Amino acid sequence: MEIKVRLFATLREGRGKELMISLDDHPTTQMIIDQLNIKKEDVAILLINGRDGALDRVLEKTDVVSLFPPVGGG
Amino acid sequence: MMDRYQKNREMLSQTECDLLRSKKVCIVGCGGLGGYVIEMLGRLGIGQLTAIDGDTFDETNLNRQLLSLEDNLDQSKAFEAKQRMAAVNSEVVVIPVEHYLTAENAMALLKHHDVIVDATDGIEVRFMLQKTAKALGIPLVYGAIAGWYAQVCTIMPGEDTLDQIYKSHEGRGGEQTLGNPSFTPALVASMQVSEVIKLLLNRGDLLQRKMLMIDLYLNDFDLIHFL
Repeated sequence: MEIKVRLFATLREGRGKELMISLDDHPTTQMIIDQLNIKKEDVAILLINGRDGALDRVLEKTDVVSLFPPVGGG
Repeated sequence: MMDRYQKNREMLSQTECDLLRSKKVCIVGCGGLGGYVIEMLGRLGIGQLTAIDGDTFDETNLNRQLLSLEDNLDQSKAFEAKQRMAAVNSEVVVIPVEHYLTAENAMALLKHHDVIVDATDGIEVRFMLQKTAKALGIPLVYGAIAGWYAQVCTIMPGEDTLDQIYKSHEGRGGEQTLGNPSFTPALVASMQVSEVIKLLLNRGDLLQRKMLMIDLYLNDFDLIHFL
């Protein structure tokens, strides 16, 4: 199964803006961040189809996962 | 100075300019974001600005912090905000608070303002701001920067939008590794000031329940809706 993933800010560096990630059946967002070598603490906002998501949520092939790192400077 | 606000009048009526002179805005943090926010709000003629920052300027601030100068290093950021505005627009009352915002002093320092501007540089302090602004019923205009990247949104009391922006209440988020150049804080501060003015005048569309995610490196501007 392929899942569309949108990355933002620093998470794009070395990975790109938008990717199709191949995963086995019943994939979760945790599997996506593992495959992309993104640490859990580097994900501040996790949206699935534009809504607040969770790392353990099982994804459908039509789902779009968006990942944002924390931005905290001023 | 009768003509000071003449160039504002195509977009702000005389009544609105007068209204802005009766308003009080609190700016928490007088560094990268805060310096530009204070400058722009002062030039717009906001009646009173409270400038909160317990820090002093050092050489590393000179690349981006508008209020930092070669000859005011080691001076209080909050006090320098007052000095700057005395030179730019002496009609604006600036109250410098030369202390950091803490859980103990937040309620006393933030009350009696019309809008609070988040120009801080840590995640934990932002949650304290959100909590206090909520308790006081005051809108909070959030801005955060890291390198080429930035976020802006407006948080009305009770919306707790930061809970959706940060999974964790700790850390600084990217700035330490990415640093900050001169242009990112200037851009985000402009957007924060635009939000403040719309809040004060009660018109226009706010970044409420939605966050503008800015990527200047790839020129991407994404509006993230929080449902």
